[in-house]
Amino acid sequence: MTGPLVQARALRKVYASRRGIFGRVSHVRAVDDVSLEIAKGETLGLVGESGSGKSTTGRLVLGLEQADNGEVRFADAPMPSMGTQVWRTQRARVQMIYQDPLGALDKRLTILDQVREPLDIHDIGERSERDQRALELLRSVDLSAEHGRRYPGELSGGQRQRAVLARALATRPEFLVCDEPVSALDVSIQAQVVNLLCDLQDRLGLTMLFISHDLRVVRQVSHRVAVMYLGQIVETGSADDLFSAPLHPYTRALVSASPAPGRRSADRIVLQGDPPNPADRPSGCAFHPRCANALAACRVTQPTLSQPSATRSVACHLYADGQRSAA
Amino acid sequence: MTEVVVAHREARPRKAFWPALPVSVVVALGWIALMLLLACFSEIIAPYGFTKLDLRNRLAPPGTVGHWLGTDELGRDVLSRLVFSIRVSLLIAFGATIISATVGTVLGFLAAHFRGWVEQIVLMLADFQASMPFLILALAVLAFFGNSLPLLVGLMGLFGWERYARISRGLAISANAQGYAGAIRQLGARPSRIYFRHILPNIASTLIVSMTLVFPEVILLESGLSFLGLGVQPPMTSLGNMVGYGREYLTRAPWIMLCPAAAIVLTTLAISVIGDWLRDRLDPTLK
Amino acid sequence: MLRFLALRIGRALLTIALVVTFAFVVLRLSGDPALLIMGPEAPPEVIAAFRKAWGLDDPIWMQYFDYFGAIAQGELGRSMRDGRPAVELVVERIPATLALTLPALLIKIGIGIPAGIYAALHRGSMIDRAVMLAAVAGFTVPSFVLALLLVLVFAVQLGWLPSGGQDSWRHAILPIFTLGVGGAAVLARFTRSAMLEILGQHYIRTASAKGVPWRAVVTNHALPNAAIPTVTIVGFMVGSLIAGAVVVESVFSWPGVGRLLVVAVANRDLAVVQCILLLVALTMVTSNLIVDFLYGFLDPRLRTRTGSA
Repeated sequence: MTGPLVQARALRKVYASRRGIFGRVSHVRAVDDVSLEIAKGETLGLVGESGSGKSTTGRLVLGLEQADNGEVRFADAPMPSMGTQVWRTQRARVQMIYQDPLGALDKRLTILDQVREPLDIHDIGERSERDQRALELLRSVDLSAEHGRRYPGELSGGQRQRAVLARALATRPEFLVCDEPVSALDVSIQAQVVNLLCDLQDRLGLTMLFISHDLRVVRQVSHRVAVMYLGQIVETGSADDLFSAPLHPYTRALVSASPAPGRRSADRIVLQGDPPNPADRPSGCAFHPRCANALAACRVTQPTLSQPSATRSVACHLYADGQRSAA
Repeated sequence: MTEVVVAHREARPRKAFWPALPVSVVVALGWIALMLLLACFSEIIAPYGFTKLDLRNRLAPPGTVGHWLGTDELGRDVLSRLVFSIRVSLLIAFGATIISATVGTVLGFLAAHFRGWVEQIVLMLADFQASMPFLILALAVLAFFGNSLPLLVGLMGLFGWERYARISRGLAISANAQGYAGAIRQLGARPSRIYFRHILPNIASTLIVSMTLVFPEVILLESGLSFLGLGVQPPMTSLGNMVGYGREYLTRAPWIMLCPAAAIVLTTLAISVIGDWLRDRLDPTLK
Repeated sequence: MLRFLALRIGRALLTIALVVTFAFVVLRLSGDPALLIMGPEAPPEVIAAFRKAWGLDDPIWMQYFDYFGAIAQGELGRSMRDGRPAVELVVERIPATLALTLPALLIKIGIGIPAGIYAALHRGSMIDRAVMLAAVAGFTVPSFVLALLLVLVFAVQLGWLPSGGQDSWRHAILPIFTLGVGGAAVLARFTRSAMLEILGQHYIRTASAKGVPWRAVVTNHALPNAAIPTVTIVGFMVGSLIAGAVVVESVFSWPGVGRLLVVAVANRDLAVVQCILLLVALTMVTSNLIVDFLYGFLDPRLRTRTGSA
C-alpha cells in the first residue's frame, strides 16, 4: 500500500432542519468541503468548538453516514455504502470510541459478553476460545475477569470506556475514530484512558482520528492536528508546530485559551462576538465577525487553504500569498 | 472474590424490585393465579362437562348441593360452564395479545429500520387504527367473513398493535441514533442481531407493561362481541357468551349472568391493578 | 393556520379513503361481491347488471377506483333483507341513536369534567378518591354488564323503569344512564390527570409564587391548558358515539344504528354494514376536524406559529 490509509476528499454533509412543524426548511452545512488524509500508524487530532462539524466528519470518515458530496477512501478503496454486507464485514477493520461509554454499551449484557460480541459477529476464532480471547482483551485495557462479569451500570466511567475500547479492539482494527473519548470522564481518569490509548496505539500500530475540544489531550495524543471552524478545516500542521506557533487567528485564540504552565493569563486572546451558529453562516470567512485581525476581504471572499510550509496549511487571508507579515 | 461479585449482582436488583408488595397487587396476583389455574385444569376442576344437561335440576339457585353456583335453563352447571368460559376467554385474550404485540413490535422495528416510506405507511396505518373504533371494524370483518375461533383470535390480535408499534419504533430510533444500538451496528452486526438480541431485551419491560394494559381491553372486547352473539359461537362458551345467555333469565335466575359478569370485572380489574403497578415500577414514562 | 387546516383535511380524507379501502379489501376477500351485496336470491339478470355496473370483470385496480366512484356518488347497495337502499335504512335510524347518545354526552361532559377538575384541585379528598374509584369501575365494568345490573335493580327488583323498548321517554332513561356514567368516570379521570400535570408545571408554581391568587392561577393558567388534552378525548367520545351505542342499544332493544349494525352483521347484510362503517368513519373524521379547529383557538402557540408560517 502506497497512499495514506484514510483519505477524505471534499466531504460535504448538509442537514435539513425545520423550525416548528410547518416552518420553512433551512439547510445546515455541518461539514463543508473537508479533505483530510491519515497515514498508517498516524494519529490525526481534530479540534474545534461544539457545532464545528468535527463529530460529523468523524462519522463520515468512518462510513457511518453518507456524505452528500465528496469521497472517503479506506486502504485505497472507496468506502462501501452503509448497511451492505461489504460494509458490515469492513467494520472489523474500522472501529469507533464514543463520548458516552454507558450509552454505547448494552445495559442488559455483561461486559465480557459485549467484548466477545464482535468475535461472534465476525465469526473470528473458535467459538469455545472466544471467551478466553475476550478476557485477554479485558486484560489489555487493565480490566480483570471480575470486571467482565459485571454489567455496565456497575462499572465506573473510566472502566466503561476501557471496556468499550476492549470491544473496539477485539477484531484487531486498523483504524480507530475516537469521538471525544475522555470528555465525559473525570479529569483524574482522563489521563489514565489517554495514556492507555497512546500505549495501545504504539503497541498495535493503530491509525487514529482523535476528535476533541480539549487541546491538551489532543496535543498529547496526536501527531498531526486539524482545526475545524463551522464545518471547515481552517488549519492543519504537526502537533508541535501548530501548538507552538498557531497561524490562524482562531487557532491562536484556542491555544491561548488552553491553560499551559509558565504562561501568564494576561496573554489570553478572548474571542469576541457570538459563538458560531451553523444555520446562520457569515459571508466570506466564517470567522470574520469574531476575528481581531479581520481585513476587508474577509467579509467578502472565503479564504482557501494555502501552504505556508510543506507540513502546514491554513485558510486565512492573512497568509494568502505574501501577506505573511500581517501576523 | 467471585462470590462477592455474584452476590452483589443478585442482591441489588432484587432489593430494588421487590419492596413490600401493595395489598391490592397481592390480591390481584392471587386472583389471576386462580384464573390461570382454572383455565389450565378446567377438566379436573369443573364438576361437570360444560354441556352436560341435568334436566331434573333446571334453574337451580346457587347453593344447591352438587351445583354450588346453580344451573341454567337446561340444567347445565354454572360453575362448570364458568370454568370453561374462563379458559376460552383467557385463551383468546392471550393469543390476541401475543399476536398484536408481535405484529406491532415487528412493524415498529421495520419503521425504525427503514424509515422513509415504510415508516410513513406504518404510521398511517397506526393512525387509522387508533382513529377508528375497533369494535366497528371487528363487526365489519365478522359480517364479511362469518365466524370461527381462529378468525376471532386473529381479529382480536389486530387490536392494539399500533401501541406496540409506536413504542418499539420510538425506542428503536433513539437506540439507533446515539445509543447502544448504533454502537452495535458499527461493530458490523446484522439488523436481526441488533433488533432481537439488543433492542428487544432492552425495551421488553415497556412492551410487557403495555401488554398488561391492552390485555383487559381485549377481554372486554371479546366478551362484548360474544355477548352480542357475534363472538364465540355455541356450543363453545366464553364469559361474554354466558352473560348474553343469562340475560334471558335475568328475572328468574340472575346468577347465570352475575357469575360470569363478576369474573369479567374482577379479571380486568386485577390485570389493570398489576399493570398500573408494573408501569410505576418499570416504566414511569409510559402513560 | 390555513396550511395547518389543509393538512388536517387531507388527513381526514386519507382516513376515509383507508376505510373505503378496508371495506373493498374485506369485501373482495370474502367472496363474490355481486352475490354478497345483492343477495343469493337476486335474479341472474340483476346479478349480471350489477357485475356490469360495478365492473366486476375489470382488472382489480380498476374495480378499486370504480368502487371509490360509486361510493362517492352514494351508491352503497341495497339491504339484502328488504331490498331497500342501505343508506335509507341507516339514515332513518340516526335520530333514535342521537336521542340516546346526545343526552349521554351531556352527562359525560356535565359530570365528568367538573368532577375531574374538583378532584385534581382537592387531591386526596373523599371526592378525589370517589372519582378514582368510579374511573376504575368505569373502565373495568363493561357496558353490557352495567346495563344488565341497572336493569336488574331498576326494572326487575324495583320495577320503576322499563327494561327495553322505545315507547316513552322512560324507556330512554336506563340506556342514557348506562352510556353516560361509564364515560363520565373515564372523562373525570382524564381531566384529573391533565389538570394535575398542568398544576405541576413550573409556570403554575411561578405564578402562585409571584402572589397571583390561587383562584386566578387556576382559571387563567391551569384550566385553559388542561382544556387541550380534554378536548381531544371529548372529540374522541363524539366520534365514537355510534360505536359506544352498539352494545347498549342491543341490551335495551333500542332501534338505533348500533342495533341495526348488530342485526346486519348477524344476517351478513353487507350493504348495510358497509354503509354504517362509512357513517362511523365520517363521524370520527368530522369530530377530529372540529377538535383540530378548536386547538387553533385553545393553543395560542399553534395560532401564531401557523399564522406566521
